[in-house]
Amino acid sequence: MKVVYKRPELLTDAHFSYCGGCGHGIINKLLAEIIEEEKLSEKAILVWPIGCSVYADQNFKVDSICALHGRAPSVGTGLKRALPENAVIVYQGDGDLVSEGMAEIMHAAIRGEKFSVIFVNNAIFGMTGGQMAPTTLLGQETTTSPYGRKVETSGYPVKMAELISNVQGCYFSERVYVNNPKNIMNAKKAIRKAIQYQMEGKGLSFVEVVSQCPTGWGVKPLDSLKMVETEMSKEYPLGVFKDMGVNGN
Amino acid sequence: MGEKVFMQGNMALAEAAIRAGCKYYFGYPITPASEILEYYAEKMPEENGVFVQAETEVSASNMIAGVAAAGKRAMMATSGPGISLGAEAISFMCAAQLPAVLVNVMRPGPGDGDIVACQGDYFQAVKGAGHGDYNTIVLAPYSAQEMVDFAFEAFELAEKYRNPVMILSDGGLAKMMESVELPDRITPDIQFPWALTGAKNRSANVITTCAKSPKQWEEYNLVLQEKFKKMKDAEQKWESYKTEDADVIVVAFGISARIALSAVKMARENNMKVGMIRPITLWPFPEKAFKGLEDKYFFVTELNAGQMVEDVRLSVKDKEKVSFYGRLGGMTPTPKELYEKLIELYKEHKLDANI
Repeated sequence: MKVVYKRPELLTDAHFSYCGGCGHGIINKLLAEIIEEEKLSEKAILVWPIGCSVYADQNFKVDSICALHGRAPSVGTGLKRALPENAVIVYQGDGDLVSEGMAEIMHAAIRGEKFSVIFVNNAIFGMTGGQMAPTTLLGQETTTSPYGRKVETSGYPVKMAELISNVQGCYFSERVYVNNPKNIMNAKKAIRKAIQYQMEGKGLSFVEVVSQCPTGWGVKPLDSLKMVETEMSKEYPLGVFKDMGVNGN
Repeated sequence: MGEKVFMQGNMALAEAAIRAGCKYYFGYPITPASEILEYYAEKMPEENGVFVQAETEVSASNMIAGVAAAGKRAMMATSGPGISLGAEAISFMCAAQLPAVLVNVMRPGPGDGDIVACQGDYFQAVKGAGHGDYNTIVLAPYSAQEMVDFAFEAFELAEKYRNPVMILSDGGLAKMMESVELPDRITPDIQFPWALTGAKNRSANVITTCAKSPKQWEEYNLVLQEKFKKMKDAEQKWESYKTEDADVIVVAFGISARIALSAVKMARENNMKVGMIRPITLWPFPEKAFKGLEDKYFFVTELNAGQMVEDVRLSVKDKEKVSFYGRLGGMTPTPKELYEKLIELYKEHKLDANI
C-alpha cells in the first residue's frame, strides 16, 4: 500500500503539550515536515519562546534552545551570527514577540538578521491563563480585559506582519491561517519560503500564523476554527505584505 | 612572546579578549565602558569576527547567550545600569550552563548616577542581580595588566564550569593608562559536545531552563549547586601583604586596593604593623585568606557604603573586630585619609605603636 501521510520522522514520540484544538500542534508539525523535506535536519536550530510552545523542544529531533521571554530574536541573532551556514528558526507567540520582545524582533528586522521567524498570533496569553495580549481584539474578553478590550485604555491590536514589512531589513512577511486544510497548505508554503530565503542568505523572513486558541477564547474547538474567519480575519487579513523575491538582496 | 605596550585599562581588556580568541562582541554604548565597544567595532572586520551594537543591554546579553549556545567565545562590557538590564540573561546563562564573559565597568549609582570610579555594584555582581539560586565567578582586576590576564582567565573559567564569569572593573581602572604585557594570541581549542551546531551524526542537543516538574527542577538545581560548591572550593584567589605579623589587616579590592596599599605602606613606615588582603575573586569570596588570622583587626575600605565588608564579617570569627570606611558617589579617599583612619583604629583599640 502506498503511504500518503505519515508522522514526520523529525518528531519524537513525546506528546505535544498543547490543549485540544490548539493551532500550535499543526504549526509544529508543519515545521517538522518542512525541515525534513528541505533536508535541513542536520542544520536546523530552533529557538523556542516562553509561552505555550515552551516544551516543544521535547517534540523535535533537532538542536534547540528555549530563550527567555521575548528574547528569542536576540538568541537567534547570536546563533545565526556564530553559525551562518545553519538554519536558525525562531518561533514566538504574541505575548513573547509583540509584548515582552517588541524591541528584539523589530531590531532583528532592522539589522536584517538572516533567520526565519514563525510568529503565532492567537490574540491571547495562552500559557499564563488567558490574559490580554497586544494582539487581543477590540471588545475581546480576557482575564485582564474582563469587560472587553477598550481602545481608551489598551489601544488597538498590533498587526505585526504589516508592521514588520515596513522595515527595510525585513525580506519577506506573510500572514497565514491554520484553520482548514487549504489554509494549512498555504501556511506550509509560506513557512517553507521563509526558510528557503534564509538558506539563500536573504534578510529576515517573517510568517505570522493566526492560530486558534479554544481554551483561551472560551469556545469549542470547532467554533474556534470558525472564529478565525469571522473574528480574527477582520483584524488580521491573509496576505503577503512583503516579498523581495528570489533575486532580491 | 608577549608584547609590551602602554594602554588604557578598557582597551587592554578588549585587546586581551581578542587575543584570547573572543571574536563575538555585543554591546550598547555606556560610559565608562564604551572604549571596549569601540575597540571591538574597529577590530572585528579585520579579525573576521562579529560585532553587533545591540538595541539594548537586554538584547546584547541574550545575543551572548546565543553565541555561547553555539559553543563560541562571546563577551559584553557595560556598566552597572547595563548589568541591571542584562541580569535576566546572567541568570539564564547560569541555568542553561552557558559560558560567557561579562564586564561591569562600575560607575556610581543608584539610578543614573555618575560616570567615574565607584564600587557600588559589589552586591549586584557577587550576590546576583538576576533571579534564582545562582552564582557567577567575579574577578576584580586592580591594574591594566590584570585586565589583560583576567580576560584570558575569565574565558577559561567560564568554559571549565560552563558558567558566565564577570570581570568587575571600574571607571578609574578603565580610564587609567599603564604599561601592560600582552600575551600572544591564541586560538582556543574548544569543541563542546553540548553546543548547538545542528544534529549531525548525533542526537539533538537541547538547551532549556524550563522545569517540567518541581522534582526534576530541584534535581537540576542541585546539579548547579554542586558546581557552585566546586567553584567555591577551587577558585578562591587573593593577594596577601604582610599579614603574618600584622595587628590590623586592611581589606580592599580593585581600585580601592591601590589606594589602600599606599596607606598600608605609610603605616609600616611609621612602625604600625598593618597588612593587607586583596580579594581577587569576589565570588567565590576568598574566605581561606582569613584562616589563621583570628587575632587580627580588619579594616575594610571600599568605594561604596559597605558591601564587601559583609563577606569579610562572614569570613572571620569575631565580627566586632571588623570596621569599615568608604566613600560614595564617585569620591575616592586619599592614602593619607585612610592612614589617618588606621591611626584612629590603633588608638581606639590601644594597639602598640609609637603614634
